[in-house]
Amino acid sequence: MSDRVFGGIGLVLALFFGWQASIIQESFLSDVVGPKMFPYIIATVMGIASIYFLLKPDPEPDWPNAGRLAEIGFAALVMLAYALALPQLGFVIATALAATYLTWRLGSRPLESVIIGVATSVGIYVVFRLLLGLSLARGPFGF
Amino acid sequence: MDLMSQLADGFAVALTWQNLALALMGCFLGTIMGALPGLGPSNGVAILIPLAFTLGLGATPSLILLTSVYYGAMYGGRISSILLNIPGDEPAMMTCLDGYPMAQQGRAGEALALSGVASFVGAFFATWGLVLLAPQLVKVALLFGPAEYFALFALAFATLGGISSTNQAKSAFAAALGLGLAMIGVDTQTGVPRFTFGEVHLYDGIDFLVAIVGLFALSEVFVFLEHRGTERDISRQPRMQIGRIVPSWSLIRSCIPTMGRTTILGFIAGVLPGAGASLGSFISYSMEKRIVDRDNTFGTGDPRGVAAPEAGNNAAAGGALVPMLALGVPGSGTTAVLLAVLLALNITPGPLLFTQNPDVVWGLIAALFIGNVMLLAMNIPMVGLFTRVLLVPPRILMPIVAMISFVGIYGISGSSFDLMVMVGFGVMGWVLRKLDVPLVPIILGTLLGNEMEVNFRRAVNIADGDYSVLISSPLTILLWSIAIIGFVLPILVGGVLRRRMRMAHDAEGAIED
Repeated sequence: MSDRVFGGIGLVLALFFGWQASIIQESFLSDVVGPKMFPYIIATVMGIASIYFLLKPDPEPDWPNAGRLAEIGFAALVMLAYALALPQLGFVIATALAATYLTWRLGSRPLESVIIGVATSVGIYVVFRLLLGLSLARGPFGF
Repeated sequence: MDLMSQLADGFAVALTWQNLALALMGCFLGTIMGALPGLGPSNGVAILIPLAFTLGLGATPSLILLTSVYYGAMYGGRISSILLNIPGDEPAMMTCLDGYPMAQQGRAGEALALSGVASFVGAFFATWGLVLLAPQLVKVALLFGPAEYFALFALAFATLGGISSTNQAKSAFAAALGLGLAMIGVDTQTGVPRFTFGEVHLYDGIDFLVAIVGLFALSEVFVFLEHRGTERDISRQPRMQIGRIVPSWSLIRSCIPTMGRTTILGFIAGVLPGAGASLGSFISYSMEKRIVDRDNTFGTGDPRGVAAPEAGNNAAAGGALVPMLALGVPGSGTTAVLLAVLLALNITPGPLLFTQNPDVVWGLIAALFIGNVMLLAMNIPMVGLFTRVLLVPPRILMPIVAMISFVGIYGISGSSFDLMVMVGFGVMGWVLRKLDVPLVPIILGTLLGNEMEVNFRRAVNIADGDYSVLISSPLTILLWSIAIIGFVLPILVGGVLRRRMRMAHDAEGAIED
């Protein structure tokens, strides 16, 4: 079933890609082939492949249960929030928060997670900012 | 002896303090990445690429660092195979078969040392193979026109799924997905924006480093979250006594014929596009079993069963660099990632690389020789140190991996948008891995997409719109034929091969239970 869903999504993606290719604005500079032909070929390959696994799906993969799926979803959200917070909070604070969360969700006890999270953040800061001179995001406190 | 003088020049490049230090660092980090289950050579290189860039290293030093990581990870993969019966990466799977039983008999140190020597032999002679074969391949590549290059790219896609995927439709889908991603941005030929949806961030296209780090490194973090507290949590595994670390000369001598044969076999498997190190170690082990295993000792802790796959997979790692450097077409997943480095450094791999940037090529090759010696020196006496890395639980390690990935990408672009795209790729990578869709063709597609299209359009434009030019020369017909065979063959034999690899590993595990 997963492969059928995947094939369906793939087919929609291929159609969407083909449609987007068809509305590419051609410029007056265009060569014989033009900017649309290659995307059409890609859309065709994608479409045929998708139809193949719609018709002939592989055995079902072991999907994790809802709890674990939510776990992965939350981790992704935390990472997105991290990306947004990085320029605001600065590297050290944002990273400590994100690393703490991930450490905790990977099975450390809460207090332990905070210590590991902060240590990770400060450790990376020391190595990459202070030793290697990389420019990391600066927050309101300059780090 | 033109070759020798070029190699000597290469050594002059590689033997600077900075490059030696980078090679040493790369070997060390690579071995650690390889040893940790889950983090293979592709992840290792993927995590470190952005760092190499943000540190502002030049082309040669970056390549030296990253190929050292690659070779190091190939060495390191065996450590957890032998000590924990968990392969650090797929090519190390076959090393479990005899390595773990040896460890159970209290000969872990011997197995580790012997496999280190075998890795050295395989990688060292494969590097010689690279020196001898790559320039020859370059001569062939000089005959290539746009139509031939287009066919060659198609060949790379057709064979890259290879045995690493059982479902060729999924490989094809992955390749199309990667190529589609490469189309995002301004068309280089006519200057019109494509697939940007008016979003300014997308005009430059999607940076393939963002895609690589997301797909490989971040998806691994999600995999660990999914498997928290289960068998993948290596911190719960019992520890082995290492025992005597220096193998006796008689033990090494008894394995010399094995190492010789499997080095050659592994090298050939590496050069062939798509086959890569997994196949190298598998056929090496199978062949040796057939040739020398008269008393049925393979699978019960036979040292030759440790030497064979290790020499084979490290030779394949060297072999995979041949088409990558000479043709610009990677022979394996990790070399696809290395190709990204070259492209990102504005160096076009392929025949011109050897004439235009000889210092890069020969410096790199010299660094591989040096790296191998370093790895041998590191892996015999310091193996105890590397085994200690396995004690670091993933709950500490994986957040570090994730954060370093973010640091690397942010260091290059300073853009939150890129980080969010990277998280998107991470989630996508996790889903695709669950669905058994290979990630490497996606990467290769994003990398080669523009180049492939340019060659396609150039060929057809030269022929004034006649598409038959794509199959007009004998060379194109040859390349297309190989591509078709390469695509169809795994459908016929790939599943069988892969099943046998898994079965061999699982059967051995079953005895253990």
